[in-house]
Amino acid sequence: MDYVIEMLNIRKEFPGIVANDNITLQLKPGEIHALLGENGAGKSTLMNVLFGLYQPEKGDIKVKGKPVHITDPNIANDLGIGMVHQHFMLVDRFTVTENIILGKETTKGGRIDIKKAEKEVREISERYGLAVDPQAKISDISVGMQQRVEILKTLYRGAEILIFDEPTAVLTPQEIKELIQILKTLIQEGKSIILITHKLKEIMEVCDRVTVIRKGVGIGTVNVSETNPNELASLMVGREVTFKTDKAASEPKENVLEIHDLNVKDSRGLGVVNKLNLNVRAGEIVGIAGVDGNGQSELIEAITGLKRSESGSIKLNGKEIINMSPRKVTEMGVGHIPQDRHKHGLVLDFPIGENMVLQTYYKAPFSKKGILNFKEIYSKAKTLIKEFDVRTPSEYTLARALSGGNQQKAIIGREIDRNPDLLIAAQPTRGLDVGAIEYIHKRLIEQRDQGKAVLLISFELDEIMNVSDRIAVIYEGEIVAVVDPKQTTEQELGLLMAGSKRKEAGGENHV
Amino acid sequence: MSNRMKNIVVPLVAVLLGIIVGTIIMIAAGYNAGAAFIALWNGAFGEIYYTGEVIRQVTPLILAGLAVAFAFRTGLFNIGVEGQLIVGWLAAVWVGVAFELPKFIHLPLAVLAAAAAGALWAFIPGLLKAKFKVHEVIVTIMMNYVALHVSNYIIRTVLSEKSDRTEMIADSASLRSPFLEGLTDYSRLHWGILIALACVFIMWFLLEKTSKGYELRAVGFNQHASEYAGMSVSKNIILSMVISGAFAGLAGAMEALGTFGYAAIKGGFTGVGFDGIAVALLGGNGPIGIIFAALLFGSLKVGALNMPLEAGVPNELVDIIIALIVFFVAASYMIRIFIDRISKKGVK
Repeated sequence: MDYVIEMLNIRKEFPGIVANDNITLQLKPGEIHALLGENGAGKSTLMNVLFGLYQPEKGDIKVKGKPVHITDPNIANDLGIGMVHQHFMLVDRFTVTENIILGKETTKGGRIDIKKAEKEVREISERYGLAVDPQAKISDISVGMQQRVEILKTLYRGAEILIFDEPTAVLTPQEIKELIQILKTLIQEGKSIILITHKLKEIMEVCDRVTVIRKGVGIGTVNVSETNPNELASLMVGREVTFKTDKAASEPKENVLEIHDLNVKDSRGLGVVNKLNLNVRAGEIVGIAGVDGNGQSELIEAITGLKRSESGSIKLNGKEIINMSPRKVTEMGVGHIPQDRHKHGLVLDFPIGENMVLQTYYKAPFSKKGILNFKEIYSKAKTLIKEFDVRTPSEYTLARALSGGNQQKAIIGREIDRNPDLLIAAQPTRGLDVGAIEYIHKRLIEQRDQGKAVLLISFELDEIMNVSDRIAVIYEGEIVAVVDPKQTTEQELGLLMAGSKRKEAGGENHV
Repeated sequence: MSNRMKNIVVPLVAVLLGIIVGTIIMIAAGYNAGAAFIALWNGAFGEIYYTGEVIRQVTPLILAGLAVAFAFRTGLFNIGVEGQLIVGWLAAVWVGVAFELPKFIHLPLAVLAAAAAGALWAFIPGLLKAKFKVHEVIVTIMMNYVALHVSNYIIRTVLSEKSDRTEMIADSASLRSPFLEGLTDYSRLHWGILIALACVFIMWFLLEKTSKGYELRAVGFNQHASEYAGMSVSKNIILSMVISGAFAGLAGAMEALGTFGYAAIKGGFTGVGFDGIAVALLGGNGPIGIIFAALLFGSLKVGALNMPLEAGVPNELVDIIIALIVFFVAASYMIRIFIDRISKKGVK
């Protein structure tokens, strides 16, 4: 038995497009096999074919050498194929155990034998090193823990082959480390893994082989030991990709944003931003590094007026803007690329064109005396779509129908086009592929070069190190250090982010 | 099949299924279904008088449908159309009996009073939702009962002397039209249908063409993004309820100033407000859809009155058919899957 799974020359068509064309993927027993491709390259389609959600037009699937027809996910389950979805399929109000056994309940006299189930869950979780509390409610546990529950679900159903769909997209750096350990344990216990991803670092770290697809076409399979991130990136994108963002030294000028002793409380009344001091000057990018949940979101919300500040001062170009309404802040010259593009950035059920005027719809020329001028709106949208390379069938397409990268480009286009003095970019490249990331970084630096102030918040240290001119480390709602990216290391930043080392971070004089 | 086509086909299939199942029920109960449908048709369109009555019935249904749809398009579920209609009715009659004014002032005043009363009645749940996050469904349901009993109380103690109905409104406040009545063999058809159609246009224009409508729709789809974009979510929630309530109040004005000309003590709800939910649902919350849905329900309701006379079939059967249509629209997911299957096979 050479391969546990063979997908040979798979072709899958949807009306109007070929999502998969002649893709071959062969999974060896006991390996971690990466499936690499840009957003929309057809990775998920291929896996959905394997999982029985789609039927291929052409091609064969073999499991352990035997040809199979997987017509629905139950058959995939019976064949020992399990899928850990990117968006978890969990019932929030159920406990961990209840979620794991859902659909496979062992009953005793018509009642669920929850004791026995909990015991089984505990056994599996210990065997594979997946620490969970079987009695905890899903709504009470962290995202990383929820993912472990998803993994346990597949193991409970006897999966031998596990498919992970973008498993690290939602995790913190710490959780990613834990996940990688889990993957290694799973392999030791004799499982085989397909890892869908577009993060090259992870592939280099854990995978044995990698199959690359580009625009629905299989490009080939390579051994990870014989390749490097640059080669993989160019295989994936189809051209050379630079990881180091080229940029000239910054020439910072006057202060655009000045934050002094800012205090913000969360909904429970606990301080999440504490006596925070920060300034951003025209012509520089300040990156905020920190572990998720250290007050980054609240800081942005306070600046943009989405959240009330308790005390302190936020000045934009010397004018106080603390606790102004979001509209006022926007009109004063703040652009904001929000962290969650679906929740805050777009009205998904509006056409992409109408999303382009989300903050400006009430102003001329888009609105005159309260009546919208759709001609102006859509011609503006058309220009932005072209200028920012938003790939969409038309400006009338619903924002929902666009891929994540294109949605993000649309938001960035909209925010930059308003020509703000301060551009806040919160996790601007989350979930995007290298091509899109490169593009967005370029755009941010371009803004800087035009003399704008840019505030970048990211959980990806690479991004912070690459793009920022200054790095401010946030820990428990405080800026604990401001460092120069050229003179620091990931290790030092990691320590600062963990709060183990504090540098002097005074008010305005810490530049 | 394109989405647009589907949005038209699905309600049609729902109506058809409702009629088919209704027919089966009639046959099972031992009635002559053919005769029943002929009687239904004759009762709605057999004579010009009936047609006039159908249009009269359609008028408040359109407005109630608009009220539900407007709230729905902006993310709110206004179950209180019935109550807003009742207070609108009362307000219109009140103005109609209390003043003596030239028609060009009196009639608009009475109509506006109804809209204002409905708007005020809807303002309360809107405010509670915006300020305290109280769910509008709960509040509007309760407000329906408050409206019913308060209006009965006012009719009995303020607008009459312990009588169970008010006086007739002054002619100067009436929507009645001898011209339209003459045209339709003395049905109760009145000018209100023009107001209803104007409101259809107003709803469409407000939602689709104005920047306020853009805001209302944005808040309906995604409150977080609206807030991020600098819109006031609470103001828009209140405004949406107020406009919805104004439409509902106008539906009351149709009954007050057009059909009846007085307000009477009610033993229960009129049902028009609730039918508005069905109209909005069947009409897909769109202006044109609402007109057609109201037309369908209006003609079913009026035509049904002829069924016992002509075919010996109880008119409650039409209520069953309406209920079935609503059921099939609500279950339209099934129909959509079915259409997808058929059209897929067609492609292959």
